[in-house]
Amino acid sequence: MKYSIFSLARAALSGHKNWQRTWRDATPKDRYDVVIIGGGGHGLATAWFLASEYGIRNVAVVEKGWIGSGNAGRNTTIIRSNYGLPGNTGFYELSMKLWERMEQDLNYNAMVSQRGVLNLYHSDAQRDAYARRGNTMRINGIDAELLDQAALKKMLPFLNFDHARFPVQGGLLQRRGGTARHDAVAWGYAHAASELGVDIIQNCEVTGFVRDANGKVTGVETSRGRIGAGKVGMAVAGSSSRVADMAGLRLPIESHVLQAFVSEAIKPLIPGVMTFGAGHFYVSQSDKGGLVFGGDIDGYNSYAQRGNLPVMEDVCEGGMAIIPMIGRVRLLRQWGGIMDMSMDGSPIIDKTPVDGLYLNAGWCYGGFKATPGSGLVFAHLIARDESHKEAARFRLDRFRAGAMIDEKGQGAQPNLH
Amino acid sequence: MRITCPFCGERELGEFTYLGDAKPARPAPGASEDEVYDYVYLRDNIAGVMDESWYHGGGCRAWLKVTRNTLTHEISAVEPAPGAGARQVAK
Repeated sequence: MKYSIFSLARAALSGHKNWQRTWRDATPKDRYDVVIIGGGGHGLATAWFLASEYGIRNVAVVEKGWIGSGNAGRNTTIIRSNYGLPGNTGFYELSMKLWERMEQDLNYNAMVSQRGVLNLYHSDAQRDAYARRGNTMRINGIDAELLDQAALKKMLPFLNFDHARFPVQGGLLQRRGGTARHDAVAWGYAHAASELGVDIIQNCEVTGFVRDANGKVTGVETSRGRIGAGKVGMAVAGSSSRVADMAGLRLPIESHVLQAFVSEAIKPLIPGVMTFGAGHFYVSQSDKGGLVFGGDIDGYNSYAQRGNLPVMEDVCEGGMAIIPMIGRVRLLRQWGGIMDMSMDGSPIIDKTPVDGLYLNAGWCYGGFKATPGSGLVFAHLIARDESHKEAARFRLDRFRAGAMIDEKGQGAQPNLH
Repeated sequence: MRITCPFCGERELGEFTYLGDAKPARPAPGASEDEVYDYVYLRDNIAGVMDESWYHGGGCRAWLKVTRNTLTHEISAVEPAPGAGARQVAK
């Protein structure tokens, strides 16, 4: 099924009653060249890149629930590439460039909207830190603009420029950043991968690994039977430790709950994505009008996909500090997702000590924006058995080697990243 | 989630700070690199019942050992962490 203005017109003539399912819900075969565990954005993107870039089409994506039912559909949909450290800067820009052509590549409308990401600063020291990060971005060919208070007063007159403790003094703006519709990203990759022959198998939970006499992984045991595999890739976000445990691996990861919130719909107010620099609060406005926002993780280990009230209060305080007028907007919905918080706040995309098993984990807060880049570099790793050059620093052994990528400088304490 | 502090009684979550799994123990000064690596970086990341270190910063400022289920957030036991506070309670 190819989507175009003509397919839309044809469907309109028949009252939109004849749309076909956009991807094929497959039943498992006995064996695949590659099995990807996890039917979220990262797993589906990996399968698509394996099929489209690396010519490996005998691929299955196995998902314990339905595709996109985990963090792919629970995030605040922000895309950006405003990172400061070597390893992150290049990788997230690779991902940003893939966002810019994703809809054409996949023939699917993911509502990618480059409406800008603005990080507010509230002190001279923070301005200097943002100037440095902006310079790092520009040296690496990424767009960044440092805006002063006068510029922000024209753009966003409703901000709290006179806050006694954290006045908005300016911000670092990446105009190419923005938002995308997260469900459509999962569906789009499923659509394009399925067209190339990838089997997407839902309600299929992995319960163990099949190993040969040398310990090499040769398949997975699932709730729908044994599936043989030449190679197995894991892209299971908050469940990384649980799945790795089935292969006898311990990871430098803790699972934490991160909440997200949506307000009732209001008239257009917030043009892009904004973040509070003195606390943790990020907000954008959806096309339906709701304010979509979030903040810190709750801070304790959790697999429960729901959080508690202190963080909700903290997040709303952050919002009130920069946009006092949202105080009368009512909260509509709130939910939680399970983050795989790594020990330095950066991801891990690497081979594991177990032959035939590949790891894509540790995305912390940042998994959604990384979706296309993660798919490409993970497919590269699986197909070529070597790291993609933009993911060469996301090694599993970097913790032992002391080559951390600690963007926030917090050390080995996952709930502080 | 509310935590019943053995010193202060039942208090809301915002008064407490989380450190993490209570199991990792600092290796002896002469320990191998592997032992130190394991202590600093590797975690069991248990999906189920786990002993955890919490700090009651908004109350008695004691360290607590909280036994909690990470799948349901249910707390089954709270004890003073080993140290001076625990000895006070034992009297």
